Amino acid sequence: MAVADNKTEKLEGWNRPPVMEPEGEGELLEVATGPHHPSTHGVFRMDVALDGERVIRLKPVFGYLHRNHEMLAEGMSYLGSMPFTDRLDYICSLTNNWAYALAVEKLTGQEVPERAEYLRVILGELTRFQNHASSIGFLIQEMGASGTPLMYAFREREKILDLFEALTGARMMVNYMRFGGCRVDASAAWLDAARKVVAGLPGFVDEMDRLLSTNEILMARTQGIGILRPELAVNAGVTGPMLRASGVNYDIRKVDGYGIYNRFNFRVPLGDHWDVYDRYMIRLLEMRESIKILEQALKDIPAGPVMDPKAKLRGFRPKPGEAYGRIEAPKGELGFYLISDGGPNPYRYRVRPPSLINLTVLEDMALGENVADVVLIFGSVDIVLGEVDR
Amino acid sequence: MLGEGILKGLAETAKNFAGSFVSAERLTTVQYPEERIAPIEATRDFPFLVYDGADWEAGLRCVACQICEKECPPKCIYIEKSTDKKPDFTGKPQFYPARFDIDISVCMSCQICVEVCPFEAIKMDTEFELSTEDRFAGLLFDRKQLAKPNEHYRKIHPAEAAAVDARLAAEKAKAGARAKAASDAAAAKAAARPAEGGD
Repeated sequence: MAVADNKTEKLEGWNRPPVMEPEGEGELLEVATGPHHPSTHGVFRMDVALDGERVIRLKPVFGYLHRNHEMLAEGMSYLGSMPFTDRLDYICSLTNNWAYALAVEKLTGQEVPERAEYLRVILGELTRFQNHASSIGFLIQEMGASGTPLMYAFREREKILDLFEALTGARMMVNYMRFGGCRVDASAAWLDAARKVVAGLPGFVDEMDRLLSTNEILMARTQGIGILRPELAVNAGVTGPMLRASGVNYDIRKVDGYGIYNRFNFRVPLGDHWDVYDRYMIRLLEMRESIKILEQALKDIPAGPVMDPKAKLRGFRPKPGEAYGRIEAPKGELGFYLISDGGPNPYRYRVRPPSLINLTVLEDMALGENVADVVLIFGSVDIVLGEVDR
Repeated sequence: MLGEGILKGLAETAKNFAGSFVSAERLTTVQYPEERIAPIEATRDFPFLVYDGADWEAGLRCVACQICEKECPPKCIYIEKSTDKKPDFTGKPQFYPARFDIDISVCMSCQICVEVCPFEAIKMDTEFELSTEDRFAGLLFDRKQLAKPNEHYRKIHPAEAAAVDARLAAEKAKAGARAKAASDAAAAKAAARPAEGGD
């Protein structure tokens, strides 16, 4: 008994946010922010208890967009759930495809041709770029600057989405990667178009930098707000730009070197102050690193097949076993955990979504802040509700 | 200086505002129903059934094997197999779909039906202006509405259609050669038999 108590105490020590007590007389005001609220991008509710302007309690409520993704995938073939992974984090469909393809390839021991690996890196980094660009746009929108930075980001995103459409046939619901490669090959014209778009990206990052980074209002609103301590971030399993903004050097592209990432030369930016401004800055710097990777990949891409000719599209039965494929998605570690019982569909299919797990520290970051900053902190987490609720 | 960052940002927005008047490249949107951007060749929307020749019913390539129905992730395809057979493009008698329905309101344009089809019978269309007042019957397409000629496929996806046509022509030539070889062998056998009988 004593042991169990000791254990719970230890767990509570790091898991529970500091309890805030109201000051002075008066009642608490409870506000339900969402699920239909202009500033929550998606159907998400935060039950906030306020003492004046100060946040005393915050309870996130998930589940409004639950679509039974995991159970659906357990009932259909491995190929059948590939288009459904597009709909998890619908901003970054290609990285979702990649993570799922990686998990199934691990399960079946499938090899991927060199050119397909390069294409995956190019598409993954383009996805990361457009995600971070629109994420910065959304963050600024949540501060009240409705429009300008977001529209600039979307103007750039549009060019990248046109590239996706020219290659995969769809702007967002791409359904492009397959177990053992990619569905269609990129033509020389497509690669030239991609090079042209990538050549224009540094100018866009500089523009965003000049537009926002030294803006006094932005600095006043974001610096010192929503601090996430590195030890809490690690304990809560936070990954991605959120974790790196807290100063923890953990990037799965470096740690795992999945695909062919260990061939590329890039750096991992880290935050110093652990606040909202750091998260903004980390995304800006990661966009620059993405451009570096893109330039190297577009220079080195070899000729060859994009699909292993021995790879089966449908009707394959992996040997009983389990596999966990994970990648550094734009929002954090995206993992697919599959258990096969030897049948044509997975026995267990589990998604490890970065958005949901990054959102679990929302209360810790928001306690003691002003109510106007809660939406800002929420925006800095960078979530997509399709992935939170699945 | 306080406010320097804001001024720098305003210079950036001013540049974008003024730039849209001088450079057409900066105008990223078009006035949709009147103006349209050029379609992208790889674009896909909803599936259609390809037919060869002039008669859509006789020319359907689909042989009602029902693989697409089985593989369709949202299960929006419904096929009923025929009881009789009709000749396909190589002249081989095959089943045909007595009924082939796709619920466009359920379809998610994933293209898996196209990938798994061994007969090049189902392809992706680029028609997207499909809104209708009747959301049940109006969006449930039967095989007559789905059937489109091969020329349409050549028009919307020229490169892809050329590859498919080449593959089908090769298959047809092979089937023709096989049929010719078989008929030659039969003729030779028939020619040889009376001679044997004569002996």
